[in-house]
Amino acid sequence: MSMRKLLVPLIALLVFLLLWEALVWFNDWPNYKMASPSDLLPAYQRYWGLFLTMGWQTLWRTVVGLLLAVVVGVLLGMVMGFSRTMRDALYPLLVGFNAVPKATVVPIVALLFVGAHDFNTILIAFMISFFPIAVSVSIGLSTLEPEYRDILRSLGASRFTIFRKIALPKTLPEFFGALKVAVTLAFIGTNLMEIVSPHGRGLGALFDSGKTNSDYPLMFAVLIALAFLGIVLYYVVVALENIFAGWAERAQD
Amino acid sequence: MRDCISLIPSCRKVDLLCPDCLAPASVDKLIEIRDVRHAYSTASGPLPVLAGLELSVREGGFTAVVGPSGCGKSTLTRLVAGLMIPDSGDVYLHGERVTTPRATVGMAFQNPVLLEWRTILQNVLLPLEIVPTTLSQRAKEERARSLLALVGLEGFEDKRPSELSGGMRQRASLCRALVHQPEVLILDEPFGALDAFTREDLWQIMHELKAREPFTGILITHDLRESIFLADQVVVLSGRPARTQYVLDVPSEAPRDLDMMYTAESADMLATLRDQIRIAREGEAQVAQTSSGASQ
Ligand SMILES: Nc1ncnc2c1ncn2[C@@H]1O[C@H](COP(=O)(O)OP(=O)(O)O)[C@@H](O)[C@H]1O
Ligand SMILES: [Mg+2]
Repeated sequence: MSMRKLLVPLIALLVFLLLWEALVWFNDWPNYKMASPSDLLPAYQRYWGLFLTMGWQTLWRTVVGLLLAVVVGVLLGMVMGFSRTMRDALYPLLVGFNAVPKATVVPIVALLFVGAHDFNTILIAFMISFFPIAVSVSIGLSTLEPEYRDILRSLGASRFTIFRKIALPKTLPEFFGALKVAVTLAFIGTNLMEIVSPHGRGLGALFDSGKTNSDYPLMFAVLIALAFLGIVLYYVVVALENIFAGWAERAQD
Repeated sequence: MRDCISLIPSCRKVDLLCPDCLAPASVDKLIEIRDVRHAYSTASGPLPVLAGLELSVREGGFTAVVGPSGCGKSTLTRLVAGLMIPDSGDVYLHGERVTTPRATVGMAFQNPVLLEWRTILQNVLLPLEIVPTTLSQRAKEERARSLLALVGLEGFEDKRPSELSGGMRQRASLCRALVHQPEVLILDEPFGALDAFTREDLWQIMHELKAREPFTGILITHDLRESIFLADQVVVLSGRPARTQYVLDVPSEAPRDLDMMYTAESADMLATLRDQIRIAREGEAQVAQTSSGASQ
């Protein structure tokens, strides 16, 4: 990575923090209205141990939920991508499922599996994030130009060989595009569970305790920590994309 | 018994009552298509696309197929490649019925369909990963490189398809279609999307490939000049549903450089073909009229 590529976003971040600080300072807002960046540092200093454990809990549950979403989403996408009938059958179901606000699903899941907090959180993270993956994979596979298939099929290649040599790699750019959306969604899912159905784990729980104790700087500190984790996960996906589907970016130049 | 109706000595109209046309599948004909009929099933009922297709290509021959768009030319290529079986009638390769794909066929389309994640060399090598072969990896690469050199792509082996022009991509796609030394090369409007100059370059390259590689060719094209420049036989299909409407033999002594286009003989052939295409399209319009009249 070049110096410039690192410097530009860092400067943007600094400008953002300065504007935020200035906004609070000029309006003379009290902490309970809006905390300023300078209030966050003490919050992190006081609770850094909690931030680490809770942050880790949020992170691993999000990642497991996301992995589950990848496995299920890719399988569903393959089924829908290869079979028209399955696509016609499953698509409306999935759209309906995706349209249900997940906040309403949280209490249901929490009642369904009482006490299984990790499992519940992972489930919500999964449920909110598998949809874009399933759709993108199915579209990627079903829009494969027939000529691509014919090139190999005319030589007697099996369906599996065609999938492995052409359909799979050709769908990777769409897959990673969806994964970038899914990663953020999975985060939202995890925190939804942690906040709507509090069970003392994850950054969501820390946010909740900030709320009950009227510790507003803590609440803002949690938001920033969440944003930070989101950025880290997002760029992990981008790095994977560059490794496995970097050719797609070159192809667009 | 009737004879084939011959208009010009070198031309022959297919007549179903003609004994020659009904002769058993002969071996010196590498590709034989006999009275093939096919209909696709679509949402609005069966769509007949082929209705009495006759075609034979001798070993080492090069046949161009022209006809109104949508008449069933690509369907014809899929039949020869064994990608589908017709409702009735037969397709023979070497006197043997084609029922499944076989590794002795190479295909190239208007869209070069190169794999963006592979280099040009890796793209050309693709068929050799599928077709059973005794060649070593080294020998495979040598074969691919020599083909690429033949079409003027030396030095581009490690480039990605996106770094090449349309004409260069099409050349790479030709190399891929030929790398496994297929008996039959099927080209479905391969030069259709190229500009006129690039297209003429590729015609020359096709001649070089024909001289060096022992394939028998079927070329689908919209370009009548292309058909007489490259082929020794031009088959005109009628409008959909397609049957063989006219067969033109291009004299083998015709010079194969671009000047050939401007001889009186070529002008005659082009005029004949243009006439036949007009007839095919008028027939199509009539069919459309009667069928819409019937549905009212
Ligand atoms: N798989 C298919 N299912 C239904 N209709 C098809 C299918 N493939 C082609 N057709 C239709 O059959 C006709 C002939 O197609 P094609 O052989 O591709 O024509 P051409 O190559 O001469 O333009 C077209 O009208 C096309 O829309
Ligand atoms: Mg076509």
